[in-house]
Amino acid sequence: MDYVIFFACAAAVLTGAFGVVLARNPVHSALWLLLTLVSVAVLFLQLEAALVAAIQIVVYASAIVVLFLFVITLLGVDQHESLAETRPFQRPAAIILGALLFVSILVLVHGNRWDTGAHSTRGALDPARTGNVTALAKSLFTDFIWAFEITAVLLVIAVVGGVVLARRSGQRAGAPAGEPPS
Amino acid sequence: MIAWVTPTYYLTLAAALFVIGAVGLLVRKNTLVMFMCIELMLNAANLTFVSYARALNDISGQVIVFFTLVVAAAEVAVGLAIIVAIFRRRQDVTADDIDILKG
Amino acid sequence: MDARDLLHLAWVITVLPAIGAVVLLLVGKRIGEPNAGWLATTLMGLSFVASVIAFFALHSLPADQRTDFARNISQGFTWIRVGGFQVEFRFYVDPLSSTMTLFITGVGTLIHLYSLGYMHGDPRYSRFFAYMNLFAASMLTLVLGSNFLLTFLGWEGVGLCSYLLISFWFERNAAAVAGKKAFVTNRVGDYGFMLAMFLIFQHVGTLSYGALNAAPHLSQTTVTAIALLLFLGAVGKSAQIPLHIWLPDAMEGPTPVSALIHAATMVTAGVFLVVRAHPYFTASDHAGTIVAWVGVITALFAATIAVVQNDIKRVLAYSTISQLGYMFLAAGVGAYSAAIFHMVTHAFFKALLFLGAGSVIHGLHDEQDMRKMGGLRKFMPITASTFIVAWLAIAGIFPFAGFWSKDEILTQAWIHNDYALWAVGVVAALLTAFYMTRQVYLVFYGKERWRDAHAVLGEEAPSEAAPVPEPHESPWPMLVPLGALAVLSIFGGLVNLPFENAEWNLLDRWLEPVVGVATSPDSFVQAFVLSLIALAVAGAGIFLGYRFYAEGLRADGTDPVVEDLGGFARVLEKAYYLDFALARFVSGPVTAFANFLSDTVDRRIIDGAVNGIGSLFRTGGTGLRKLQTGIVRNYALGIVLGAVLLMVYVATRVTF
Repeated sequence: MDYVIFFACAAAVLTGAFGVVLARNPVHSALWLLLTLVSVAVLFLQLEAALVAAIQIVVYASAIVVLFLFVITLLGVDQHESLAETRPFQRPAAIILGALLFVSILVLVHGNRWDTGAHSTRGALDPARTGNVTALAKSLFTDFIWAFEITAVLLVIAVVGGVVLARRSGQRAGAPAGEPPS
Repeated sequence: MIAWVTPTYYLTLAAALFVIGAVGLLVRKNTLVMFMCIELMLNAANLTFVSYARALNDISGQVIVFFTLVVAAAEVAVGLAIIVAIFRRRQDVTADDIDILKG
Repeated sequence: MDARDLLHLAWVITVLPAIGAVVLLLVGKRIGEPNAGWLATTLMGLSFVASVIAFFALHSLPADQRTDFARNISQGFTWIRVGGFQVEFRFYVDPLSSTMTLFITGVGTLIHLYSLGYMHGDPRYSRFFAYMNLFAASMLTLVLGSNFLLTFLGWEGVGLCSYLLISFWFERNAAAVAGKKAFVTNRVGDYGFMLAMFLIFQHVGTLSYGALNAAPHLSQTTVTAIALLLFLGAVGKSAQIPLHIWLPDAMEGPTPVSALIHAATMVTAGVFLVVRAHPYFTASDHAGTIVAWVGVITALFAATIAVVQNDIKRVLAYSTISQLGYMFLAAGVGAYSAAIFHMVTHAFFKALLFLGAGSVIHGLHDEQDMRKMGGLRKFMPITASTFIVAWLAIAGIFPFAGFWSKDEILTQAWIHNDYALWAVGVVAALLTAFYMTRQVYLVFYGKERWRDAHAVLGEEAPSEAAPVPEPHESPWPMLVPLGALAVLSIFGGLVNLPFENAEWNLLDRWLEPVVGVATSPDSFVQAFVLSLIALAVAGAGIFLGYRFYAEGLRADGTDPVVEDLGGFARVLEKAYYLDFALARFVSGPVTAFANFLSDTVDRRIIDGAVNGIGSLFRTGGTGLRKLQTGIVRNYALGIVLGAVLLMVYVATRVTF
């Protein structure tokens, strides 16, 4: 059963990925991306990472993809992009390098046993069946509290940065002062 | 009780996803599509982390993914803002035309 | 204060004229004529007094302590100390340097006095005396220096002053060119001196004169090389063949300069160097022979040229070259004290000759051509009589100074069994007497050709409004030195009469601690016969001169000897066309070689290499620049490439 789920989701993921890369229309790319993200979320579930899966759906699959679509339609760049390659050697080099990368990763993955079996001090994945969220929260708010707070700061910075970048230079006449354009 | 598939499969899938994202990044000229390819790569990394968290029975893998998601979100926000700003200048988001750094 | 303490203060001798030079260079213009001249002359006089004091101090020491290098050395300081190379700036007083300082400062003072009159009215009066004092200071450093490097310092200093003084009237192009020529020719010789110093340091370890006795312990090649290289320097400085070309042209300078520098002192520096470094020459089997032959050939060669010269100073210039040749002849056969003896007497009579010539030139209002002179005995009696004294001295007539010293040299050549050298020297002595007689008769006797010189040489006749001025005797500052030098030329021989049984050879014995015992003739008869031959030769020369020139030039104004020699005379006049050949050589092959070096070697090879490296980098940069496309995807490709390489590396390392 697991294998069925896995292979189905794997197929979906790869299809979505190829779709992103190969679609001419950026809107189509965004939709294929959505497929990939949701499939990955299912895989997360299968890997007993419930919270992460949920967050993946909520943040990635909806917020980020929607953001992409907003920008695409806002900018009106949904025209077809020419698929001709202007830089010579770029495409063949990319494919060759991609293949090489894939092969080397595979070699590393298959040729070694990375899971040494040593138990981490951080805490087990799902101790005493308290639930994934609890385990994650425990780890997050004790061992990783510092990173957590910093991440909050990071988000604020990102928001401010986004606002500043997207603002038109100088205030346009007639626009209400202090109100950032959407 | 979910019987698990060996991590190897997941890792292979993640590797493939990563490579596809990388190649896509190198080949596409539309900035927004390039961005999406970056998201693909990030997802591949996340998948790797989670499968190892499972394999090593360690929660920190998922914690890392958590943070990665947050950072990715922030990054997308800022990145899209940049693209918008560029578009305002040039009316175009073809990556190849933005070559001011050309030596 | 005992004698040694006085010797420790020997630096005073050098410092006095140095002070004069500095003061006159800085504020000379304000001091002005004539006080600048008196300042310079007084300082020279004081330096002479200091030299005399040093002489007596040295004399008061017993003979074997007079060359005690470690203790007879003045106060000073360590000039250079680099690694194993140390040079002290101290002055060394021994019989040789003391003798030199005596006549340098003595004759120098007289010439300074003479210049007071001669340079009267010159716009750069004080500058002249500044240079003269600077010259004196340099020359004294040269002779008093306690090591080769100090001597070299003085050597270069006198070269510089020679240049400055020769081209003193630099508005005349000929003077400027002569100054340059002197300096450059000197430089060629200095090259040899420097190489010798390098060799000495390499083999002996120090340049100090205290280490001269190490010479016999070195190999023959080393010693001969050092000796010949030092001699090369001497050849340049003392105007021997082939570096003699600068001295005749140096006559462009004021006459006191010619007298001091190019007769009495600077040109003798070469002889001094050979005598000072004599251990190297005696240790070498062949260096001495080469020195003697170069000297005697130069003596003959210059004497032949002097016979047909018409400029009063040029005759004396070639005469100087010739007499210096005699000194080198003596040094070459090992008769060092004879060389010094001749140096001293030559200083007296040659300076007298130059100063007398200057007096004549001054009296005739800057006329230097002997063909336009004549009969000046009546108008300039003192000049004439002193000049005649010098003439007899240089010709070698008993009992004047020149007889004793020149005879000594020829005798020494004979008793060292160098008969060929002796014979050439005798021929040169004959010619010396001849051309000097010619000069005396042309200038002071016979028809007064200066009255109608214009007619003789084809210039326009003087009108009533501008009659030919009569020559006048010179003022007293010019006459006093003439008189003093005349006295010295008469009695100078007493310094070293060759009667050693009666211990009258004072100079020989004085210099013994430095140069060793002089060889004496086998018997009195031998010495007497040799002297008689020398005297006879001198007399013959004078007689021939009288025969040809008693009445001055011929009626048609031509020179008898020049006419008789015909074409050969022209060769002599042009000094065997040496200057001409040298000019052709320099402008031909030398210039071509220089052009080759400049164009091919310098421009193509060296610049090409340097520029080539530059353009290599530029081409490389231009090529590498193509990587910077500005396109993000290409950069991303680079990143991926790097990542792949890393992964491959890790994969291969880890799995295999």
